[in-house]
Amino acid sequence: MKLVTAVIKPFKLDDVRTALESFGVHGMTVSEASGYGRQKGHTEVYRGAEYTVDLVPKIRLEVLLEDDDVDDVVEVIVKTAQTGRIGDGKVWVVPVDTIVRVRTGERGADAL
Amino acid sequence: MPEISTGDTAWLLMSSALVLLMTPGLAFFYGGMVRSKSVLNMMMMSFISIGIVSVLWVLYGFSIAFGDTGNGLWGGLGEIGLGELIGKAADNGGYYPIPALVFAMFQLMFAIITVALITGAVADRMKFLAWGIFAALWATIVYFPVAHWVFDFGGTELGEGAGWLANLGVLDFAGGTAVHINAGAAGLALAIILGRRIGWPKTLMKPHNLPFVLLGAALLWFGWFGFNAGSALGATPTAALAFATTMIATATAVLGWVVVERVRDGHPTSLGAASGAVAGLVAITPACAFVSPIGAIAIGFLSGVLCALAVGIKFRFKFDDSLDVVGIHLVGGIVGSLAIGLFATTSVNELGKDGLFYGGGIQPLLTQSIGVVAVLAYSFVVTFGIGYLLHKTIGFRVSEDVEVGGIDLVEHAETAYDLAAAAGPVGGTRIPTGAGLAQKKVNA
Repeated sequence: MKLVTAVIKPFKLDDVRTALESFGVHGMTVSEASGYGRQKGHTEVYRGAEYTVDLVPKIRLEVLLEDDDVDDVVEVIVKTAQTGRIGDGKVWVVPVDTIVRVRTGERGADAL
Repeated sequence: MPEISTGDTAWLLMSSALVLLMTPGLAFFYGGMVRSKSVLNMMMMSFISIGIVSVLWVLYGFSIAFGDTGNGLWGGLGEIGLGELIGKAADNGGYYPIPALVFAMFQLMFAIITVALITGAVADRMKFLAWGIFAALWATIVYFPVAHWVFDFGGTELGEGAGWLANLGVLDFAGGTAVHINAGAAGLALAIILGRRIGWPKTLMKPHNLPFVLLGAALLWFGWFGFNAGSALGATPTAALAFATTMIATATAVLGWVVVERVRDGHPTSLGAASGAVAGLVAITPACAFVSPIGAIAIGFLSGVLCALAVGIKFRFKFDDSLDVVGIHLVGGIVGSLAIGLFATTSVNELGKDGLFYGGGIQPLLTQSIGVVAVLAYSFVVTFGIGYLLHKTIGFRVSEDVEVGGIDLVEHAETAYDLAAAAGPVGGTRIPTGAGLAQKKVNA
């Protein structure tokens, strides 16, 4: 099993979610996040003073998957979230030892 | 004693309530501008000022400001407790056909808001007890005497025991010097003593609730009609003029500020529109009964533009006047007070003067400058003294962890937006009566 984590632009969340649902992903965890990558943040002028805004608002989306689905899901996310401009975000995959469904106690793939 | 005019009295009662409303309005204006972790402290500083200044005003404040037993520097102690006023008509260089008590309440509201205005300079970081003590000392040593200098035209006779600036012919209809320059200079002194907020000026500290800021500005604008038109002390043609110029200058200042922002920063902000309104209100305050409607447009535009530029000064000189008390009230107050020397005309009010642009020469401008410099210097120096004293004794500033974590929770045991606690048991479990005290003893 794998955990796919994607950090994407907030306005792309709806598209990505819809695409994942039609692919057959049953659940996900979404949280508001902020951060920066290679290009760093941007500058902003407010009340006559200029600031660098290092941390840009992002959406962090997490999906637990069986190994076989991982490549397809990553592709779906990347395709849907892509705008081609800076700040599109990142997707990464890590292995998961165990998954337990709290309500039933089911383990492993059954808990997905 | 003249017969009481019910019309004048009704207007002054109404005006007093309007001016009182400005202080809660200011609490919203300032409260929206700070970060969410310190909004309650910000608003509480205004509310507690209402309590403190009201009591002092009754005890001795009115007497120091408007008493008839003093001289040019103070009003004496002949009217402490306000009991002397019952059943009398107001006198301020001649009688006004309103009860003296109404006059005292009207002027009380000015004292309250002047103290509250200062809080914008000390946002997020001042011990609440220190603020309370400061407010009492400042009202006593600074506001009450300065109000006398500017606003007291004498007792039943014009000039008898009048304030020295009033006697000198400094024109300040509703408080450009006594209220705004006074509070602005005090804010500057406190910001310097208190030091910068942690993270300032590197970190952008955006207002946490701009609808609050706009609501506050709207309440201030509404209440300001009482402030300015009420200062005519009657439902008179002068009140009508003050009402009109207040409206006109404020509307123009909104435009002036927003235009500057659009050109300089690229965005017309809601904070800018609200600030522009207040800047216009401040600047027209001393001049409202001495200039024509066109003069009001000039003063409004000047103040909107100049104050919008002035809020950048703090970044150059690195003092954390957090909510721009200096940029708006000090600068706006100076603009308005000096503008009288340019735009005043006796064609609208024969008790005023002709300014430079109306054939009055340079003298009115020089006289106005004396008022500006006197109040600015006195307020700055004395505030610095009071502030330094408190700083060295009880301490002025909360500790670093309180400031970072949020002053609301530590100073007031509350947070403004406690949504988690409202939803369930994470807010703390009640300890049965008595048990908590026992626990405290054990802990001690």
